[in-house]
Amino acid sequence: MATETAGTPGKQGAKRQFRIWRGDAEGGDLQDYTVEVNEGEVVLDVIHRLQATDAPDLACRWNCKAGKCGSCSMEINGMPKLGCMTRMSTFEEHETVTVTPLRTFPVIRDLVTDVSFNYEKARETPAFAPPADLAPGDYRMQQVDVERSQEFRKCIECFLCQNVCHVIRDHDENKQAFSGPRYFIRAAELDMHPLDARTDRKEYAQSEQGLGFCNITKCCTEVCPEHIKITDNGIIPMKERVVDRRYDPLVWLGSKIFRRGQVPKTSVTSGHSPGALRSSTTADDGVNSHAGGSHDAQAEVQALQGVNWHREVPHPTAPAVDASGKLPLTELTFDRAAAPSPFGDDVTFPLPPEHLNFAHPDQDEPTH
Amino acid sequence: MTTDSHRDTSATTRIERHHYDVVVIGAGGAGLRAAIEARLAGRKTAIISKSLFGKAHTVMAEGGAAAAMGNVNSRDSWQVHFRDTMRGGKFLNNFRMAELHAKESPQRIWELETYGALFDRTRDGKISQRNFGGHEYPRLAHVGDRTGLELIRTLQQKIVSLQQEDKRDHGSYDARIKVFSETTITELLLDGDRVAGAFGYYRESGEFVLFEAPAVVLATGGVGRSYKVTSNSWEYTGDGHALALRAGATLINMEFLQFHPTGMVWPPSVKGILVTESVRGDGGILKNSEGKRFMFDYVPDVFRKQYAETPEEADRWYDDPDNNRRPPELLPRDEVARAINSEVKAGRGTPAGGVYLDIASRLPAEEIRRRLPSMHHQFKGLADVDITREPMEVGPTCHYVMGGVEVDPDSGAAYGSVRGLFAAGEVSGGMHGSNRLGGNSLSDLLVFGKRAGGHAATYVDRLTGRPRVAVSTVETAVETALAPLQRDTGENPYTLQQDLQAVMGDLVGIIRREAELADALARLAELRERVAKVSASGGRRYNPGWHLALDLRNMLVVSECTAKAALERRESRGGHTREDFPTMDPQWRRVNLVCSLAGGTVRLERKPLPKMRAELIGLFDRAELAKYLTDEELTEFDALVAADAADAATDDVEKER
Repeated sequence: MATETAGTPGKQGAKRQFRIWRGDAEGGDLQDYTVEVNEGEVVLDVIHRLQATDAPDLACRWNCKAGKCGSCSMEINGMPKLGCMTRMSTFEEHETVTVTPLRTFPVIRDLVTDVSFNYEKARETPAFAPPADLAPGDYRMQQVDVERSQEFRKCIECFLCQNVCHVIRDHDENKQAFSGPRYFIRAAELDMHPLDARTDRKEYAQSEQGLGFCNITKCCTEVCPEHIKITDNGIIPMKERVVDRRYDPLVWLGSKIFRRGQVPKTSVTSGHSPGALRSSTTADDGVNSHAGGSHDAQAEVQALQGVNWHREVPHPTAPAVDASGKLPLTELTFDRAAAPSPFGDDVTFPLPPEHLNFAHPDQDEPTH
Repeated sequence: MTTDSHRDTSATTRIERHHYDVVVIGAGGAGLRAAIEARLAGRKTAIISKSLFGKAHTVMAEGGAAAAMGNVNSRDSWQVHFRDTMRGGKFLNNFRMAELHAKESPQRIWELETYGALFDRTRDGKISQRNFGGHEYPRLAHVGDRTGLELIRTLQQKIVSLQQEDKRDHGSYDARIKVFSETTITELLLDGDRVAGAFGYYRESGEFVLFEAPAVVLATGGVGRSYKVTSNSWEYTGDGHALALRAGATLINMEFLQFHPTGMVWPPSVKGILVTESVRGDGGILKNSEGKRFMFDYVPDVFRKQYAETPEEADRWYDDPDNNRRPPELLPRDEVARAINSEVKAGRGTPAGGVYLDIASRLPAEEIRRRLPSMHHQFKGLADVDITREPMEVGPTCHYVMGGVEVDPDSGAAYGSVRGLFAAGEVSGGMHGSNRLGGNSLSDLLVFGKRAGGHAATYVDRLTGRPRVAVSTVETAVETALAPLQRDTGENPYTLQQDLQAVMGDLVGIIRREAELADALARLAELRERVAKVSASGGRRYNPGWHLALDLRNMLVVSECTAKAALERRESRGGHTREDFPTMDPQWRRVNLVCSLAGGTVRLERKPLPKMRAELIGLFDRAELAKYLTDEELTEFDALVAADAADAATDDVEKER
């Protein structure tokens, strides 16, 4: 590297072309800048130079400048990247570098977007449940066992995976029912945690986080600056094990015979409102149902108390498929005849009127 | 609300108001731990974060959290940890803080496991602990080299779990603990001598926000952005230090700044970014441009006994630490930083002005990737250097400020004239003395974060009446905050920051001289005039220029404290090296320099250090104490030992009867 520094003095201070999106929620456009770039610099350096010279109010998040905090996420020539980890030497000298904000999240100003979606999903994911019988200091775990979860705990929450995920990138309406890769690996991390006391992490991912929406295009893995194998090590094992436990006839038979109760309940309602509401009748329904589960228990309770026109009923999740990519169909092991309902077996028709997303023209009248 | 609200002017009616019991400013390790404690004590708590939640500078901590759990070497105990900490701080530490820290850090680490943290493990499944500079035994709980990230994520997730409880019990996630992200506090508001609230703005919208709260915990971190070469992020502008000063609290030990010996020096754009000490703990060695392993030439007398004299002995230590002395690369940070500085000044540095840190020739590539994944990643990504094949170029970088708010060691309550103000973490002073040991800051955050949060809650419980925020103080705060936007004749804030960084980096850096420090003070006075007239272009929505303009006055006042104290202290100790007074002076060990604000200018006072309790000073050898203490203190120590021996003798006699 020493020779490189000495050998290329001509590159110091070369002018390069940048196009940066400037604007806010109301709109904006790409603006051209010509800016000095020195050897060894990254895109974030160039943005800082612009702030110090031509554009003091250019908004951009950053903190550590070392790829550890995940603040400076942006799209560089259309690719979701960290500004601090994108070296200028990766571009051709005459190439114009285009920098735009993350597309999946609403713009606040310039390169800063509103990422609160991610924090909402984080709050909905049930936290680590400490084992009841262990005092602090008595936790014993083997290195090989913690390493699986540790891979996911490397996540710096740059939200590039969330940004690039097709399910929400082009379908804003999916944001309600879909938590995204960041929170699938959070669920996977807790699922693989050697001492986590909850046993329904996978079912939760399937029923509440919308794991079923993921069609494994691996875009999230590709953009992860920490090189976490989000799809291979996180999402796929979560999907597989959900399928295993639900449809493995031996597991099912075993659960019927021994009644061990460890086989997780698949209708899983409302993992994010644990406690009081769960004790309702729904808790034990639907063992071995193919349904992904759909109804939020809290929404149910609210619905019974009167019509809340603004409530949002979660989308039903399509039933999961087996290893061959088909709906599992065997009358021997299944708890009812015929195929599972494509709407989810926990949905009965006609739907209760409280569940219909109908907005009355006069609903906002004060008389209501 | 208060009766004052009837007199609200148009400027203040638009301000969003919140009422909390405890407001924690800062969302790093100390802030989050304090907030958790205040919330567990039942107080309604707000966390103010300058960045997004979970991005705090704590994520940059790589090495680990020091706690004498004795998992790897069972000889370790709080007494040994206490000794190492005092030794590292050159006996200038507040002994009570060092004691509490050594005693309580194991519980704080174990507690993190109940929040879901996953540390690296020993063979028998306990938390693994690694060697680090200045620590006698392997003591740092770690997760590869991303321990800080693990800590922040764990605390963040614990807060989420408390919010989930609140959602279940009270119907709202934010019922009892709420995070205000991307919010900056510009002023603390007082009612007489009591804290009444905090005033600031949302970075996103530029709108102002007022928190009315009787207790405020400062956990804002350090001051590194005042330096040109620093490992610190933009947030480290000394906000908490400055807020405390303006509220009537005092700062101590501001002359002591830690320059981490190994920051990246190439490429220029990442200059300052940290290379973890674990590289040296795991076998990395420092070489100059002549290929010489030079640290053996720089072992000071006070450390001679604990460090190896030959490369052979040093190399044996990694596998057999009980029978060999440690390599000199693991000397405390101040020593290593000065050594590198000397080598470079003597013309034996690398082309980029550092020295070589070589791990490639010491460990197999596979092992390097396993033990130091983030470092491998960082150099590959930022510098296109493969550390499994080539050495790194490193040099000193401004890393940590030992100085900070002078606090009561047990409660974290600020001294000075203000009540209801608490501080924890880097923003507080005293714990680390003149130099902090690596690994002690993560445990410091947890131990004193918990204490500050708990005591803030107790303070609120005992209040008889709530302090009130006066409208006039809010109006003044609004005017001050808007001023840079309304001026268009002043200078660009970025230029001013560069000038400030140049003054601090060049004149108040690692090696200091009287004339340069005096010069620095004159230049800071000039800068003060210029900063008072700074102007920021653009509007209020997410305008980084405006944000920097507001941070500048904090950076400036804290820099004045550092320069003044550095000029006053005529000795070299830990993070303060005076070329004109190159040795430690036992008389100066007995003195803390205390900064306060009087009429807008920094005032400096000398204050005697609290005296160590007998059973604590008794943990040290006389020979070691002789290097630090005055003759007078040593005579006292001898008397103490004699009295102890006499006591023991009488005890024995009584037993025989």
